[in-house]
Amino acid sequence: MEETTKRELVLHVNGERRSIVTRQAETLLFVLRDGLGLTGAKPGCLNGDCGACTVLVDGTPIKSCMMLAIETVGKEITSIEGLDDAPIQHAFVRHFAFQCGYCTPGFIMNAHALIERHPNADEATIQEWLESNICRCTSYQEIEAAVKEVLEAKKAKPTDP
Amino acid sequence: MVPFDFAYYRPQSIAEATALFAALERDGKRPLYYGGGTEIITLSRLNLVRTAAVIDIKSIPECRALEASADPLVLGAALALGELEEANPFPLLTKAAREVADRTARNQITLGGNICGQIFYRETALPLFVAEADVIIAGPYGIRQCRFLDLFHQQLQLGRGEFVVQFKVDRATATLPHFHRKRRKQGEVGYPLVTIAALKKDGTVRVALSGICPFPFRSADVEAHLNDRNRPVGERIQAAVDAFPRPILHDIEGSADYRLFVAAQLLEDMLRELGDGETV
Amino acid sequence: MAVGKSIIRKEAWDKVTGRAKYTNDFKEQGMLHASLVTSPYAHARILSLEARRALAAPGVHAVVTGEGLPLTGEDMRDRPPIAVDKVRYYGEVVAVVVADTLAQAEQAARLVRVVYEPLPAVGSPREALKEGAPLLHEHLDRYEKNKTTHPEPGTNVAHRTKIRKGNIEQGFAESDVIVETSVSFAPSDHIAMETRCATAEIWPDGTIHISASSQSPFMIKKLLHTYFGEETGKVIVHTPLVGGAYGGKAPVQLELLAYLASKAVGGRKVSVWNSREHDMVTSPVHIGLEATVKIGATKEGLFKAMEILFLFDGGAYSDKAIDVSRAAAVDCTGPYHVENVFCDSLCVYTNRPYATPFRSFGHCEQAFAVERAIDELARTLQLDPWEVRRKNAIRPGHTTPTQVRLTKSNVGNISACLDRLRELMRWDEWQRVEVDAYTVRAKGISSGWKTSTIDTDASSGVILTFNSDGSVNVISGVVEIGTGTKTVLAQIVAERLKMDVDCVHVKMDIDTQTTPEHWKTVASRGTFMAGRAALAAADDAIRQLKDIAACVLRASPDDLEVGFGRVFLRDDPAIFLPIKDIAYGYKFPNGNAIGGQVIGRGRYILRHLTPLDPETGAGKPGPEWGVCAEGVEIEFNRRDYTYRIVKAYAVIDAGKVLNPKAALGQAMGAMSMGLSFSSREGFLFDNEQRVLNPQLRTYRPIRFGEHPEYIVEFVETPQIDAPYGARGIGEHGLIGMPAALANALSLAAGVPLNELPLVPELIWRTQKGDSYGSV
Ligand SMILES: Cc1cc2nc3c(=O)[nH]c(=O)nc-3n(C[C@H](O)[C@H](O)[C@H](O)COP(=O)(O)OP(=O)(O)OC[C@H]3O[C@@H](n4cnc5c(N)ncnc54)[C@H](O)[C@@H]3O)c2cc1C
Ligand code: FES
Ligand code: FES
Repeated sequence: MEETTKRELVLHVNGERRSIVTRQAETLLFVLRDGLGLTGAKPGCLNGDCGACTVLVDGTPIKSCMMLAIETVGKEITSIEGLDDAPIQHAFVRHFAFQCGYCTPGFIMNAHALIERHPNADEATIQEWLESNICRCTSYQEIEAAVKEVLEAKKAKPTDP
Repeated sequence: MVPFDFAYYRPQSIAEATALFAALERDGKRPLYYGGGTEIITLSRLNLVRTAAVIDIKSIPECRALEASADPLVLGAALALGELEEANPFPLLTKAAREVADRTARNQITLGGNICGQIFYRETALPLFVAEADVIIAGPYGIRQCRFLDLFHQQLQLGRGEFVVQFKVDRATATLPHFHRKRRKQGEVGYPLVTIAALKKDGTVRVALSGICPFPFRSADVEAHLNDRNRPVGERIQAAVDAFPRPILHDIEGSADYRLFVAAQLLEDMLRELGDGETV
Repeated sequence: MAVGKSIIRKEAWDKVTGRAKYTNDFKEQGMLHASLVTSPYAHARILSLEARRALAAPGVHAVVTGEGLPLTGEDMRDRPPIAVDKVRYYGEVVAVVVADTLAQAEQAARLVRVVYEPLPAVGSPREALKEGAPLLHEHLDRYEKNKTTHPEPGTNVAHRTKIRKGNIEQGFAESDVIVETSVSFAPSDHIAMETRCATAEIWPDGTIHISASSQSPFMIKKLLHTYFGEETGKVIVHTPLVGGAYGGKAPVQLELLAYLASKAVGGRKVSVWNSREHDMVTSPVHIGLEATVKIGATKEGLFKAMEILFLFDGGAYSDKAIDVSRAAAVDCTGPYHVENVFCDSLCVYTNRPYATPFRSFGHCEQAFAVERAIDELARTLQLDPWEVRRKNAIRPGHTTPTQVRLTKSNVGNISACLDRLRELMRWDEWQRVEVDAYTVRAKGISSGWKTSTIDTDASSGVILTFNSDGSVNVISGVVEIGTGTKTVLAQIVAERLKMDVDCVHVKMDIDTQTTPEHWKTVASRGTFMAGRAALAAADDAIRQLKDIAACVLRASPDDLEVGFGRVFLRDDPAIFLPIKDIAYGYKFPNGNAIGGQVIGRGRYILRHLTPLDPETGAGKPGPEWGVCAEGVEIEFNRRDYTYRIVKAYAVIDAGKVLNPKAALGQAMGAMSMGLSFSSREGFLFDNEQRVLNPQLRTYRPIRFGEHPEYIVEFVETPQIDAPYGARGIGEHGLIGMPAALANALSLAAGVPLNELPLVPELIWRTQKGDSYGSV
């Protein structure tokens, strides 16, 4: 069985090629955290329920606790460590949109993808996307303010296509 | 976290997939077809799934088909629910999909996985029931096409080594007037207490439910009562509820009698919205 | 300068970039992993435990079981760290498997075979108190306990607190009306997003290195001594950032398992990390309650007497549940003047997960019972529920249930909070309106108060050191659990040193070897106690800076001031020395030096706290009472029993708001937690007391979009003893939410709703007149 369990994978993470030997049954979350030292994505339930482990695969938010690392070969993975001064990070800081910060990387990745994908997101879309993550510290009102501020700013100053 | 090991395969064609399955099965690996993998991964952690090999069907072009302008519509089984929502080829299916799990999870959960998984709500089956969709199945003996409803008895009756490739939905049916409502114990995310999907064709309603029993269903008896215009609406609904398969779920989401109370109200809402001028 | 400003938390950028590290983020080559084997029964005898197959599994180093271990517990030692002979709750640990990888440990855990003989399980406090109920602890009389714990051997009562004030018979005799209300809710959970985690390693020199996501790193040290005789000086506990705690990380549990596991593998580093399921049921939970409140009042609604029975569901082990039951008793009436009070608060053993503090420490529980009763009283008397509360509001000069006389400083201004709440909510305009045939809008309110019942000798220390650029480092034992206390401490220090807060750095993590002790990061006492210590440390540093500068400037220290990065002459600020030139001693041009480095030391201990009299409850349990008035506005559908929480209000007496946005965040976060708890949370048990929903899939906290609009204001009645007058505010937002929600829904639905969580099915059932049993 040994030959089938572990394999070398080449992953594209945050713009870098990273190669890693891992079990084929290993989830992306564990490979990022234990294999690549990227501990920004957090384990909160390992069951797809909390969203703390959210990262982007080809720009789409996914829960990395329920995706195999091997599935992401050939795709671009972005974790919170790969964000470069994104407006949503500033907005989270300004609006006190976190306290303990444990849900924050997941929330930010999801919100970031929402803003990129749907710069004109309406209330319903914002809710549909952001209800994927649980925050136990804030009231969500702070997070709502942060996300809406970035969306507004984006509308006010459209970037080139 | 999958505590045990398995091998991961990613075939590029249907034939490769079924051949792999057969070979792995022969080796005693008890392989599983793998759609979004969300259930396989999360139930492995809880010791409710065990396998030595998974066969990811997401690289099989047929499984990824999304022909929104074809007639019939073609919906690949490996499409993520989120993709189906965004493309919106079949509005009732979009509405059903949109209420499953949460948006991020739906970027992973596939249509085929939702219908073939162990978690028994299988809410996207409801629109396919009422649209009388066809299902395309591949297996060791090749590919077959059947009426989805005929092959679904509490769950989809697949033979060993078979998997769902696609669903086909009559294009006109997909645009018929419809109704969808999901009611949970509380809040906007979570398993259903009751989910109901209905559409109206030629003056009759077709209705399917999830959350009432440990399987989704569409029942001819239930529909006959609902469509029995000779009786007052209240009576029709009561008769329909009485005709639900038994036993009614009684669990942590809600008690059996409360579920029936909610179902009756949702049926009433459905008739009001789809009914032609009937007063409820 | 810094106080009163919305200073951004010091670790903000670490948290939005993924750099912030929590206990489980520290991985080490060679670290071993543990998996917990837990009981599938709530009450059973362990007939045998067979670990041979697990031990033979790949990667496994040890299987730790419970024989020969000491009993543990903070107030009473009734809990084996690993069950032996008997399990008393579903999810109790029976063995710990240690392996090279987590996957191997989990695999092997499945191979441990335990044979149980199920015993009848006790499901609720009332059941546990029935004649002939199975006993959880046959040897309750033999347990070691502290002086303030009063178990009742031969029963399931772990502790009883008695409050006797005035003359209850007379109070009821003077009443025109007596209303009795009973409420209940099952245990629930904290659901910190970071599940608990602890690692332990024992070095060859005998030092024990623990890393833990804990609110009580210093307590871990003490308890390893108490339980296992380890020298406290050899126990070093490290606590990095904590991903939410809310009281749930105050008790010490996994740390003991990690220590035992490490011992079993020759001191190698072992990580014990809870799965979500274990975090919810195996680790301590939010307490459940069954309570009866009897209020006697005059026709005008003036309270004459309150008789209260709290039956707290402490679960299988008493641990901190005793304390919670006592805290609710101490403040049993709520912030009202009641001359005649009779309260029994029991911490009852049941076969349920054991309980521990939950944000507000017994007070949202207390408030739910009493504030529901007050609304029922108002309804009976046909009085405005706001009026009734306002009329009875407690004031300086009155005494608390434990007979502490209140002063302007030691209690907040509840009347002011209620008055402002009335305006904010437009209370007088309407309290219930029918919008259409089915839709009803309704408002409900609740008051709340809380003192912090903490150990009478709890203390806090702060050290200040300087950097060569004159900036300061604040080192305090307060754990950063998300409350932003470390940032507030920086503000306090900056204010005192008249320094830019950017020049005040804080040491975020705790290392008990180098960080001065802060008792526990609980009870909203961080700002108060550590704040006082920080002020003392700043004063100490100022004194030292002045001494050195006095020498150099040839002036009396009394004529010097410290501020703006300098020590200067008060009457001629042009004559000064930069702090950076003296913080490490002053060097004269000829090379001679004086002073040495400046190290500010500060400490604080609460004064005049006393244990309660066992018969009357008289005593001073805490330093001050913070107060709040809160409200909820809901929209209820009478046809389908669903509802939406539209608005949630809180007016909290903050004493002084040190960081407005942070304070707002604390208040709103607490409110959110209170609304989530009361509208949708709670464990569901089967008849054998197994938890049916130990997952976030089925135990569903409030999510984005389900949140109401939050309206929060602060009243400022300074507490003289506190840094800049600030009172604890981290918990008050929660206190009134369950009661306010229940009051609003009861008004909307037209039936008293006295159970939680308030899911539509409960309202439906109550209106139908059914009892709402567990499924
Ligand atoms: C967080 C979360 C919330 C959920 N909430 C809901 C909900 O509200 N309502 C609801 O209805 N469901 C819900 N589910 C259940 C979910 O829809 C199922 O678990 C589904 O199986 C997941 O799809 P998948 O593609 O990830 O399946 P996978 O994990 O890939 O597979 C699940 C099972 O289906 C089989 N399978 C997958 N694809 C095919 C195929 N094409 N042909 C044959 N067999 C196949 C696999 O062999 C496996 O046995 C939820 C799941 C999660 C993780
Ligand atoms: S850890 Fe992935 S969703 Fe919770
Ligand atoms: S900030 Fe703590 S969980 Fe969101």
